[in-house]
Amino acid sequence: MSELSELYQEVILDHNKSPRNFHKLKDADRTADGYNPLCGDKVTVYVKLDGEVIREISFEGSGCAISKASASMMTESLKGKTAGEAEALFDRVHKMLTGEPGANGGAADLGKLAVLSGVCQFPARVKCASLSWHTFQAAMKKAGGTASTE
Amino acid sequence: MKRARPATVSEGWEKAGSPLDIARIRQDFPILRQRVHGKPLVYLDNAATSQKPQCVIDAVRRYYEAENSNIHRGIHYLSERATAEYEETRAKVQRFLNASDSREIVFVRGTTEGINLVTQSYGRKFVKAGDEILITAMEHHSNIVPWQILCEQAGARLRVIPMNHDGELLLEEYERLLGGRTKLVAVAHVSNALGTVNPVKQIVELAHRRGVPVLLDGAQAAPHMAVDVQALDCDFYTFSGHKLFGPTGIGVLYGKAPHLEAMPPYQAGGDMISLVTFEKTHYNVLPYKFEAGTPHIAGGIGLGAAVDYVTGIGLEAIAAYERELLAYATQALSAIRGLKVIGTAKEKAAVLSFVLEGVHPHDIGTILDREGVAIRAGHHCAMPVMQRFGVPATARASFAFYNTKEEVDVLVRGVHKVLKVFR
Ligand SMILES: Cc1ncc(COP(=O)(O)O)c(C=O)c1O
Repeated sequence: MSELSELYQEVILDHNKSPRNFHKLKDADRTADGYNPLCGDKVTVYVKLDGEVIREISFEGSGCAISKASASMMTESLKGKTAGEAEALFDRVHKMLTGEPGANGGAADLGKLAVLSGVCQFPARVKCASLSWHTFQAAMKKAGGTASTE
Repeated sequence: MKRARPATVSEGWEKAGSPLDIARIRQDFPILRQRVHGKPLVYLDNAATSQKPQCVIDAVRRYYEAENSNIHRGIHYLSERATAEYEETRAKVQRFLNASDSREIVFVRGTTEGINLVTQSYGRKFVKAGDEILITAMEHHSNIVPWQILCEQAGARLRVIPMNHDGELLLEEYERLLGGRTKLVAVAHVSNALGTVNPVKQIVELAHRRGVPVLLDGAQAAPHMAVDVQALDCDFYTFSGHKLFGPTGIGVLYGKAPHLEAMPPYQAGGDMISLVTFEKTHYNVLPYKFEAGTPHIAGGIGLGAAVDYVTGIGLEAIAAYERELLAYATQALSAIRGLKVIGTAKEKAAVLSFVLEGVHPHDIGTILDREGVAIRAGHHCAMPVMQRFGVPATARASFAFYNTKEEVDVLVRGVHKVLKVFR
């Protein structure tokens, strides 16, 4: 049960049960829909910018515990960051999720997001965890795009 | 032609009325001896694809080791042998479906191609602007999208027979939808997402009263119950070899000869012609008119072995045993608090879709996998079914005759483990 309990840590289960920033953002500047055709996970990410800074970020959708918790934690960690900082963070998160060598050293300073490191033991679930991040990226690139994990 | 003994199952159990010897049957499937994450494999994803008995694996291997050659064109020993064995499968499938003529058995890649063949050949010839095609609310995407494309091409309209909350078709609605514009009805014999066994004989009868032909998608039916296309009187019937314990990449389209005669070729190339000049080409006779190019020969031979295998056990015996398994599993799963079975038709095949309150099916799938239990989690290529029941996805356990009640117990214990993680 060890790999499983690493995947379904308390923090993740908590974010799944009570996701943060789980609502529509009416005056969002950027928004995008993400969809994982494999399992039907759906997410919409809303971003409100203040120049380069992410003033507010939220999400809506339905999905598994991993995708929901990942989206919830993403919104928490991106609030107040610049677009460039967000991009750099996604890069490191992605490396952690796919278990790329050298990612472990980085996981330490990923803060709370490090609880998602268990995902790399479950290749089929990497897309669940990265869906919201891809969707965020699509939102930042252009207003109103659709991200897909495919 | 000398042929190896096709099946390893002793015949006549069904006739003797004795129950299936599952322990012995399981020994025919090498993959079932495997351990997954340290646990014995419990394979409950048979609706996606089924496992292969040793005799099928051996038949494919024997072809490549001892018979490999192209068919229908060689005058040498190997080609004659391979051709004979490939064509023998056609005869086996004819008997398996009780078709009246082996010319009515067309080899395709699978159910998907079988349906696409009918839409693009029959459909493009006979479906015109303003016509209507009827499908049902529980179809697999492969029995939706090809018709959508045809309707777009022809300017025809796709109409959908609705179902009730148990996953049963509303036959009164079906009768209402059947009209002067209806050109074809396409229905799943058994739903892959809900397990519903549709009243296809009645569906065909109602359509025929109005002169409308019917295609039956038998992907989930042919492996689990006896199918008699003459008794059903359906116009087309299609299934996939890989769900019938045979190889992937081979399947069957049955079509009534008069329909097939009237239909233009589906793909063009070698084998489907009788005479080619640059001015005009004469098409080959049935069924070869629809079989362009070198087919999946090993697959066809493997399918023949699979048909021998299941008929050796007996489809009636298989259906009876799976009914028992389904009843046991339905009762055991339904007893779990917060678990809801999706698909509660009176007539069901051994497919159990379910959702767990507060837990996404994907998470159920991952946790069960760690227990060695393989199920499917997702929309099962039937997104409209998910929408109809208001769920994003379901977890689905689907059974075959090699599954046991003990395996159902492992599944139930696994679901309890899921609840423990999430509560
Ligand atoms: C009811 C039904 N129809 C069609 C198909 C498509 O079969 P294949 O992918 O073998 O072509 C499936 C397979 O999942 C099915 O369950």
